[in-house]
Amino acid sequence: MNPESLSFIFLSAFLINNFVLALFLGLCPFVGVSAKRDTAFNMALATAFVMFVSSTCAYAINQVLIAFDIEFLRLISYIALIASSVQLVEMILKKFSPTLFRALGIFLPLITTNCAILGVALFQTSRGYDFFQSVSFSLGGGAGFGLAIVLMAGLREKLELSNLPNITQAAALSMMLAGILSLTFMGFAGLGTTA
Amino acid sequence: MADLDNEQNKVPPLPSSISLISTLGVVAMLSGFLVVLVYEYTKPIIAENQRLATERAIFKVLPKANSYLTFLIKEGAITQVDDTTKGELIYAGYDKNNNFVGLAVNAAEQGYQDIVKLLYGYQPETGCITGYDVLKSTETPGFGTKITTDKEFLANFSCLDAKVNQEQTGLINVIKTVRHGSKAKPWEIDAISGSTITSNAVGRMFNKSGQALHPIISKNLTLIQSAKQLKRGDHGQLN
Amino acid sequence: MANSTKKEAPLTLDIFTAGIWKENPVFVMMLGLCPVLAVTNSVENSLAMGLASIFVLVCSNALVSALRNFIPKQVRITTYIIIIATFVTLVDYIIQAISLDLYNKLGAFIQLIVVNCLILGRAEAFASKNSFTKSVISALGMGLGFTLALVMLGGVRELLGAGQLLGYQIFSLNFEPWVVMILPPGGFIVLGSWLLLINYFEQRKTGQLITQDSASHCTVSQPRS
Repeated sequence: MNPESLSFIFLSAFLINNFVLALFLGLCPFVGVSAKRDTAFNMALATAFVMFVSSTCAYAINQVLIAFDIEFLRLISYIALIASSVQLVEMILKKFSPTLFRALGIFLPLITTNCAILGVALFQTSRGYDFFQSVSFSLGGGAGFGLAIVLMAGLREKLELSNLPNITQAAALSMMLAGILSLTFMGFAGLGTTA
Repeated sequence: MADLDNEQNKVPPLPSSISLISTLGVVAMLSGFLVVLVYEYTKPIIAENQRLATERAIFKVLPKANSYLTFLIKEGAITQVDDTTKGELIYAGYDKNNNFVGLAVNAAEQGYQDIVKLLYGYQPETGCITGYDVLKSTETPGFGTKITTDKEFLANFSCLDAKVNQEQTGLINVIKTVRHGSKAKPWEIDAISGSTITSNAVGRMFNKSGQALHPIISKNLTLIQSAKQLKRGDHGQLN
Repeated sequence: MANSTKKEAPLTLDIFTAGIWKENPVFVMMLGLCPVLAVTNSVENSLAMGLASIFVLVCSNALVSALRNFIPKQVRITTYIIIIATFVTLVDYIIQAISLDLYNKLGAFIQLIVVNCLILGRAEAFASKNSFTKSVISALGMGLGFTLALVMLGGVRELLGAGQLLGYQIFSLNFEPWVVMILPPGGFIVLGSWLLLINYFEQRKTGQLITQDSASHCTVSQPRS
């Protein structure tokens, strides 16, 4: 597959260089919100949506910054963008879909400080993706984040009924599980390249 | 609740919009000022660091070179530019007597983990790729990283055939990586056993770069060879 | 320690040492995990990231504390974020100027310091309510604790994954390095192991586990809601 093609970029962000398990982005919610599959899924939806919105706006802002040669303001503008997107998404949800708001609403403030959102914007800038590549990248990233967090939630739900020693409290266990998940995802490396 | 801070016992009046906006404005200006200050101060240092890094790589792949000139390849034409131009740049090395000694060309390709970037040495007169410097790679340590150190792999590049065909539209032969131990032709690359994906990436990137750039270089070779003699602004002297 | 009324925390050594172990940002509060796992594949990277984080932590908390009486409550989070982003941009350029090589190794994670919950959380919980000196001391403590955690992780990962520490060969060259330690799974597993170890000793000592709650610390509550 052509490494610059949209499908490869999506695949890379989704599986090969999974945002959580390979690039270490979005770990705070990954550890904190993955106790139950339903909440994890809702969190993933909210995150994916914000990721998509921020990524497209970040691309636009970056073009403006380059045009005016004020690239040193990039970080500040990205973070302002993310904070406002989250606020915007919250308002839109509240107005148009109160049910969805009740399900996802509590996660939205958490998403502002989610490394994954800022990570998408920064990575797509440093790799120089054009608009469609950025969209593909953010969609893949959102899907990858969702996959990882739902997998983790599934594992943790199962383990709730097991007899684990006390010292494997939430965080230590999550880390070990994440490590094993990450190992399995390493199997995707080299996918899509011609042998 | 102890009456420790009297002012904070009363509910403070909602600050006017002006006060909110002016606070944000002041903070924004302050931060903008700080950033611009540090940016302007560090910009020349960073540019110098980048130039030194590029230079180091160029002199590593063109050991006989004493100085270099930068060229931009755009739409089939080659023009001399300075270091800071963006685009597909190639570097021509010249020895002490301003004789052309070779070209340093960039190449990149998706490897095992992420993109691998190389700068390779190319001798247009003989059509040989003579070695490379790894600029950026996040390959698996001990496996993909062997492209920097593995002597057998590096021996592939004493002269990798990348000759341009007669019509100057591409290379005579497709450069490709073959299984470890089965290299038969000078345009094949013997892969590192246990690190096929990274080795394949190296083969693919040389082929891609060669097919795209070497014909253009051929067409403009005299321009590059004599550029130094024209004594247009040069840089990178190793004195 | 800061208590629930508006009294300022007394100036004791506790403010400094709390951040180093008892309230260690990584092992106890589980904050700022993204850079922790990404850059700890060698001790050199860990130290660099730790120092960069200390710089941003101390400077931003100092500024927030200095301006705490001038920032209206409604815009405080936005202001804090602008201040933090400024210092992160500064440190980004400073590192590029010092060593391009180091900058390439740390990559985008320098800029990701801005979403490190540790810094924003500290500004919100401590610097906005306490004097300049106390805020700086607390920030220093937290920063050192963070760096300590990073180096603990980086040390194990580099030692097992490459047989080296800071580039110096520690294990003999016959040692077959556990490359997985340098790769992403290794980061998770080493952190998990440290947490297990710390929990074990803490349980033996006090019969209780150190509480680890990450999500709550990262909540950036919007002023209006």
